[in-house]
Amino acid sequence: MHELSIMQSALSLALEQAQQAGAAHVHVIRLRIGALSGVVPDALEFAFEALTPGTLADSAELAIEQVPARFWCAACAREFQSDDMFGECPACHKLSGELRAGREMEVASLEID
Amino acid sequence: MCENCGCGLPGEKPAGVSAHHDEHSHEHGHDHDHTHGHPHDHEHGHGHEHPHEHEHGPGGHHGHDHPHAHAHPHTHSHEGAEHDYTHEAGEEAHRTVEVRRAILDKNDRLAERNRGFFHARGLLVLNFLSSPGSGKTSLIRESVRTLGPDLKAGVIVGDLATDNDAQRLRESGAPVVQITTGTVCHLEAEMVARAVKRLDLAGLNLLIIENVGNLVCPASYDLGEDLRIVLLSVTEGEDKPLKYPPMFQSADVVLISKIDLAGPCGFERETALANIQRVAPKARVFETSAKTGQGLAAWKEFLLQQYQAHSALDPLA
Repeated sequence: MHELSIMQSALSLALEQAQQAGAAHVHVIRLRIGALSGVVPDALEFAFEALTPGTLADSAELAIEQVPARFWCAACAREFQSDDMFGECPACHKLSGELRAGREMEVASLEID
Repeated sequence: MCENCGCGLPGEKPAGVSAHHDEHSHEHGHDHDHTHGHPHDHEHGHGHEHPHEHEHGPGGHHGHDHPHAHAHPHTHSHEGAEHDYTHEAGEEAHRTVEVRRAILDKNDRLAERNRGFFHARGLLVLNFLSSPGSGKTSLIRESVRTLGPDLKAGVIVGDLATDNDAQRLRESGAPVVQITTGTVCHLEAEMVARAVKRLDLAGLNLLIIENVGNLVCPASYDLGEDLRIVLLSVTEGEDKPLKYPPMFQSADVVLISKIDLAGPCGFERETALANIQRVAPKARVFETSAKTGQGLAAWKEFLLQQYQAHSALDPLA
């Protein structure tokens, strides 16, 4: 349900932009989805297939770039990537409370003609 | 649709597209060393072909070989007679439109508008989130009672269906507005903006929004709140924050609820606190019981401080 409404929002945004650009057809919609966004790419794909028929993006490709989570360690004054979602600094093992990337849910670009 | 090759590009050849068809002039040097097990109804009259990876369902053979060498990498699955494939060909003819906007941009903007409106009215706004059954409604009701005349609260409550929670909340004496979301599993800024019009804000200091019980989706939707309050009931287990990190990471406050049941549930307090600390190191944690009133005084104290700090901010600064 969640991904369906997220995809609905993404698609409206994409179609609005495509129309403004005078598109006859949308071929590719590129999204950037953060590892901590709480959104599952597979579910987005499913929603995309359900929502696109009859729109400018009918039979378009959905390209999802996954953005890894990056945290800031104040003690080491450096940024690091964390795979475990919790932001433990690999150097000093302190927990970072500062997430710098990984919550993205963006429409990055479109391919149109 | 392109009438020449059915590739989805316009059939006539506008200048920008000619490159695409020129590509179909093809040196066809590519063999398929597989057999095709499907009725294949697309025409190869134009003779072009795609290096494709077919998944073939069971069935007979057809021995056509596709002599083609041009670059339309695509994967299609021939389960039936129809193709529904997307060409990446003719990319020269496509234009790229950079968008770079948040998918929930519209919600985020509405949330900021709500925030400005609430701030101008001097309202501190709390967004309560948790799984269904963690005790949001009871805790809000008891919070409203405890805050009493010191902070007057109004409540907006979201549920898929029924106004049972709204009725329970009215027992506290607070004005309550129900949002019935139907099938939507979270509240959005727009729903809150509409609901708040039905609430008499005169004399209120605090607006409490009880989100739909769900530990996943509401995390993504800013409603214009000042503080996110995420509940973890002792009956849910100590590892809930590890299982749902996005929700807990977004928390300003984690309220451990039903603490009176900690003993019977075998709730390991230290483990739970360590898990919360791990996921949400900056969140304030309170241990509360709506039933016994445990922890509500500290929670009230915190809200009074937050309200004072909030009021001290000039909304136009």
